Amino acid sequence: MSPPPAAPAIPAASSRPTSGRYSGWRLLFEGLRAQRGWRPAWVKASPRPHYRVVIVGGGGHGLATAFYLAREHGITDVAVLERGAIGLGNVGRNTTIIRSNYFHPDNIRFYEFSLQLWERLEQTLNFNAMVSQRGTLNLFHSEAQRDLFTRRANQMRLLGVDALALSPAEVKRRVPLVDLGNGRYPVLGGFLQPRGGTVRHDAVAWGYARAASRAGVDIIEQCAVTGLRSSGGRVQGVETARGFIGADTVCLAVAGHSSQLAAMAGLRLPIESHVLQAFVTEAIKPVLDVVLTCGAGHFYVSQSDKGGLVFGGAIDGYNTYGQRGTLPMAEEVAAAAVTLLPGLARLKVLRQWGGVMDMSMDGSPIIAHTPLTGLILNGGWCYGGFKAIPAGGFTTAHLIARGTPHPLAAHLSLERFMTGRTVDERGAGPFPYLH
Amino acid sequence: MLRISCPWCGARDETEFRYRGDAGRPRPPADAGMAPFLAYVYERDNPLGWHLEWWLHVGGCRQLLQVLRHTLTHDIRWVGAPGAQPPAPTE
Repeated sequence: MSPPPAAPAIPAASSRPTSGRYSGWRLLFEGLRAQRGWRPAWVKASPRPHYRVVIVGGGGHGLATAFYLAREHGITDVAVLERGAIGLGNVGRNTTIIRSNYFHPDNIRFYEFSLQLWERLEQTLNFNAMVSQRGTLNLFHSEAQRDLFTRRANQMRLLGVDALALSPAEVKRRVPLVDLGNGRYPVLGGFLQPRGGTVRHDAVAWGYARAASRAGVDIIEQCAVTGLRSSGGRVQGVETARGFIGADTVCLAVAGHSSQLAAMAGLRLPIESHVLQAFVTEAIKPVLDVVLTCGAGHFYVSQSDKGGLVFGGAIDGYNTYGQRGTLPMAEEVAAAAVTLLPGLARLKVLRQWGGVMDMSMDGSPIIAHTPLTGLILNGGWCYGGFKAIPAGGFTTAHLIARGTPHPLAAHLSLERFMTGRTVDERGAGPFPYLH
Repeated sequence: MLRISCPWCGARDETEFRYRGDAGRPRPPADAGMAPFLAYVYERDNPLGWHLEWWLHVGGCRQLLQVLRHTLTHDIRWVGAPGAQPPAPTE
């Protein structure tokens, strides 16, 4: 490997060129001067030899952690290392759904905090992330499933979170596309969280990157981490494609590849990597104004503002690091789609892609210290990482800055697997494919 | 679509099989204590590369198979019966 190029002097945060404040007036003003005033939204930094905090992974959780470290704790001596480019990993591969309709009380509180951060995210970041609280509607197809959803809705309402039960007629009124009496998954009703919805996922990466960069965080792209250096049981820094970078604290936020990075520290995690596919159809006129999920076939769909129907299903089901899916799951998801929404049967699928997920052994994430002092793990998000980005970043920043878990994330420790305190949302046991 | 060569049935589509996870985890001896058993239940190597895994031929002969498969390319190098000795992974 050739020696890294000498790093140019990094201007102090206050003297960095900034993108300025975004507003309607700014848009009008720039329009009147031929759009010449826009500046890059974040600085493409080169690595310095040492940082107080190095965050590995420039996805949603890594960037959000950096932002909240600066905003909530005043820690700006932070680098975010991304092996490729910002926004091309799982933060740009999900189906953009936000919600807090969990069952386990600790999970409800955590994801509800996330939802509340989403609700004011655009003001916090000064970035239009197109947060759209159109509601998430889970359909149920059996009496047992109805009872389970009712129990979940009651649990949510006990904690002050919005949840409503809908009759089949109310489901039909909200979503006329649904075939209630379809022979395979007859719809017995729905479970609605009105405050759930969607967010433009690219804007989440860009918004956090811009806000973190403005606060003084170094975002370093094309900087794959190849090793972790430690001495005396304490982390010293990371070996990267651009040389060694020292750090007091290293935070891994590389969901999908957490096991790979942890192995560099000699750790084995309660995680398997699996691929989850997503699909988008050609654009059509507005037909669906909620996020709709089908409990029987594991299918979820929403319509993007461009008009395409964005949908997905379950993981392919075997260990893989390939960011692509295979056809059997595509067929299963498409079958669920046309069973539930027969009107979509003639739509063409424009694109299909896959993202690699950290499937944890209890279906819940990990925000925790590791046995290596100074190494912190944010991972194990299964396929629920996107909605958790604000709370994940907030609580991970708290853990880094204070050294103790944030109360809302205290149940997400790594030790829980060794002490019998797993957070088993599904009640299904130690199987990574049962998130 | 994976094609898995079942030693009893021949090459079949993956849809005939059910994945049953990492086959490279020996069960600790009964008197090993809590820590090795908890690690056995929860922890995984989760390698990026060759992975020895269980597949159940649920839509065929219903035998449990060992499969040596690459977790990035999805190439399958070897399929054997339970207890058979897999080839040593290379590279």
